[in-house]
Amino acid sequence: MVGKFRASAEAAGAEVIEARSPDAALAAIARLLKEEGVGQEGRTAVWPDGPLRSAFHPELLAQMLPGLVLDVTRDTAAAAHLGVTEFDCGAASTGTLVQDASAAAQRLASTLPPVHIALLRAGAIVAGVSAALRRFDPAQVPFLALVTGPSRTADIERVLTIGVHGPRRLVIVIYETETSHAR
Amino acid sequence: MPADLRHQVRRALEHPNLSAALTRFSEDYRVSRARAYQGIDFEALRQRIAERKSCAAERLDRLAARFAEAAQACGARVVRLHTPADVRDYVLAVARRHGVRLIVKSKSMATEEIHLNAALEQAGIEVSETDLGEWIVQLARQRPSHMVLPAIHLTRDDVAGLFSRETGERLQPEIPRLVQVAREQLREKFLRAGIGITGANIAVAETGSLVLVTNEGNARLVATLPPVHIAIVGVEKLVERFEDIEPILAALPRSATAQQITSYVSILTGPAEAAGGGTKEMHIVLFDHRRIEMSEDPLFCQALRCIRCASCLNVCPVYRLVGGHVFGKVYTGAIGTVLTACIEGWGSSRGLEQLCIQCGACRDVCPAKIDLPELILEVRRRAAALAPQPLAARAAFSILSNRRAFHGLLRAASLAQKPLADGPYLRHLPLWLTEAGKDRRLPALAVEPLRSLFPKLKQPRSIRRAAFFAGCLIDFVYPEIGEAVVRVLNRAGIEVVFPEKQTCCGAPAYFSGVPEAVAANARDNAEAFSEDGCEAVISACPTCTVALQTDAPRVLHEEGLHELAARAERLAAKTVDFATYVRRLAADGSLHLPEGASLPPLTYHDSCHLKRTLHAEQPPRELLERSGYSLREMPESDVCCGMGGSYSLKMPEVSSAMLARKLRMIASTEADGVAVDCPGCLMQIRGGCAAAGTPVQVRHTAEWLASVLETTD
Repeated sequence: MVGKFRASAEAAGAEVIEARSPDAALAAIARLLKEEGVGQEGRTAVWPDGPLRSAFHPELLAQMLPGLVLDVTRDTAAAAHLGVTEFDCGAASTGTLVQDASAAAQRLASTLPPVHIALLRAGAIVAGVSAALRRFDPAQVPFLALVTGPSRTADIERVLTIGVHGPRRLVIVIYETETSHAR
Repeated sequence: MPADLRHQVRRALEHPNLSAALTRFSEDYRVSRARAYQGIDFEALRQRIAERKSCAAERLDRLAARFAEAAQACGARVVRLHTPADVRDYVLAVARRHGVRLIVKSKSMATEEIHLNAALEQAGIEVSETDLGEWIVQLARQRPSHMVLPAIHLTRDDVAGLFSRETGERLQPEIPRLVQVAREQLREKFLRAGIGITGANIAVAETGSLVLVTNEGNARLVATLPPVHIAIVGVEKLVERFEDIEPILAALPRSATAQQITSYVSILTGPAEAAGGGTKEMHIVLFDHRRIEMSEDPLFCQALRCIRCASCLNVCPVYRLVGGHVFGKVYTGAIGTVLTACIEGWGSSRGLEQLCIQCGACRDVCPAKIDLPELILEVRRRAAALAPQPLAARAAFSILSNRRAFHGLLRAASLAQKPLADGPYLRHLPLWLTEAGKDRRLPALAVEPLRSLFPKLKQPRSIRRAAFFAGCLIDFVYPEIGEAVVRVLNRAGIEVVFPEKQTCCGAPAYFSGVPEAVAANARDNAEAFSEDGCEAVISACPTCTVALQTDAPRVLHEEGLHELAARAERLAAKTVDFATYVRRLAADGSLHLPEGASLPPLTYHDSCHLKRTLHAEQPPRELLERSGYSLREMPESDVCCGMGGSYSLKMPEVSSAMLARKLRMIASTEADGVAVDCPGCLMQIRGGCAAAGTPVQVRHTAEWLASVLETTD
């Protein structure tokens, strides 16, 4: 399922990194932040609350991820170069990420910065969008977000151009957890 | 055809960039759409969509009420409004209440339909579109020319000019840079705006959810950043259940942009947390604007199923020549013609319905299974009923529906044209044909029509007999096609009879919206072919075949002539197109095709009715190949040649442009000849080759087959 998801997501223009553990995922995030220059010359990243973020002590995060801002608001997200958000589910057939984005911080962090790192548990990948949608009760989720690849447009002479309003770079970090190992 | 539309057509055809850009797009679209649907049962998918979006009037009312209840329970404010003015007033009132100075919008055709932007600007409120194409068009002070790609008619240079004016900076026509400029300019507006307005691609009644489908991400920002969100949704977007999203979500991106799914799909159920904290204020306007009248119309209610994918534009051979500023209003192309007529009133469409050539390409790709060509014909009929046809046109149909008068006229014309004919082509044309004859040479009427030649043909007597339905073109212009049909069938041991009293199939009257003339033709033909003893009625013209098989019985029923309709149905059941019948004869051993012959390479042109209505594109190919011809397929062999019956006379410029392209496709194969199964296509393509001096032989499949059978005698 991970392999299929990866192929579909890459076909949609996303980059995919596989991590063997939450620690490895954090290390991958640290490398990506560094690569994007976060922490230098005032470049920041935002990461709203999520299961992986809360698995690490804020001090460890601050130490490993210089430039990271944990308080995600309109202003901090609009100023950030990179946003990290955690998704609830992935659809393998199209490489689609699915998230309960009812908390504004999730939408701000995934749309405003030019670079987006999406975190996804390997065990949360299902076959397709239909199966993914069935995992949510719309009455409980005011804003359900499906994201497939970076923001794109072909509105000028039909030339595909990436990053018009949302991120121009989408990196998906798929990480395994102990429960997914146990399976 | 209204003069101003004619003028616009000419201007569009002369545009240096328009049809080239649209044609490249439609060529790419065919390929990429097919790829996107690989492994998907399109027929089953569109059947599901047609069922889920069935728009019966009482259903819409029920769904709207259910939606309102569910969305209100989640905290949204839902109103149902009927007129464009009601919607504009509502939005203005919300804006005034919040003292809003700037509104950002995500692409919404509904708001274009009600001219919301103009109303807001008039009230002193700045409005900015945020979909890149929509913003470009807004800066250009134009309207979108395509429902999915609003600025497809503009070049990067045009966009650089517009953006330079907007930013006060000299911008080069580099697309990535221009997109970056749009991002920066619009980001500032997103953050400053007091209200965000979106439409919705789908509205789910049971949950009160709205589904927004975009690639750029602008709808997410419009729905997230401003503290107030107003969604303006036509009631036709309603589906009953949450799971009904699935087929639409599967078809929309594939049909619209050939994607498996768009970059962003947002499903909103009630207001979410606002970007500045607290809960958003969410308004949902469900609006009717003529949709209830549409839903009560047994024929036009199907147009409410449209999911706005624009595939009917992308495959339309006329749209790709003239674009959406000519072919449409707010809504463009085939569906635009229908929606314009339904929403703005019959007769308001400026003659848009005349632009359709009735090739049927849009019907094949519509993911909502809307019979667009049929609806456009009905728009013609209703527009014609409002504004009666000019006297000359009505006189023409009164002659067409009177067999004796019509045939007498054709015989007289065949004699009268003598001084005008130049070999087999008309040199000087009667006035009403001059324009049509500019880029193609029109054939002269045959000296002796098939009906006179027929008794002189030597045929073997046989117990197996078939009747031949000639149709006007074969009877009076190309009797040699009829002779070829007889020779091929004779070789299979079939004796062919020609009922003298047969007349026009009724298609010209049908396509011009004159049902009483169709009925008169159908009655004559039902009588002419009522004798028994023939195993089939053969037609070598696909348009005639369709008219006899489908249109004649239906029109007679619609006219209340049920007894006649039953006779027309008996004729319909016996009617078969030439190639399908001959393939049957070859399969059952009645006809032996010579083997091992090595004949010149041919290319095959699919006639619209043979391929898309009769689905008989394979039999002629098989017969030609089995006879020893090698077939070299031309690109887009099934795109209309531009004949379209009287279309080539009414819209000569469009017809000529379509023909020119068909001739290029034929030339690209370097084949020695072209095979066609429709005498109309033959007239168009042969005339085009003659005018261009191309030495390619254009013949009916029956003629190509007859010539092989003769050489092997």
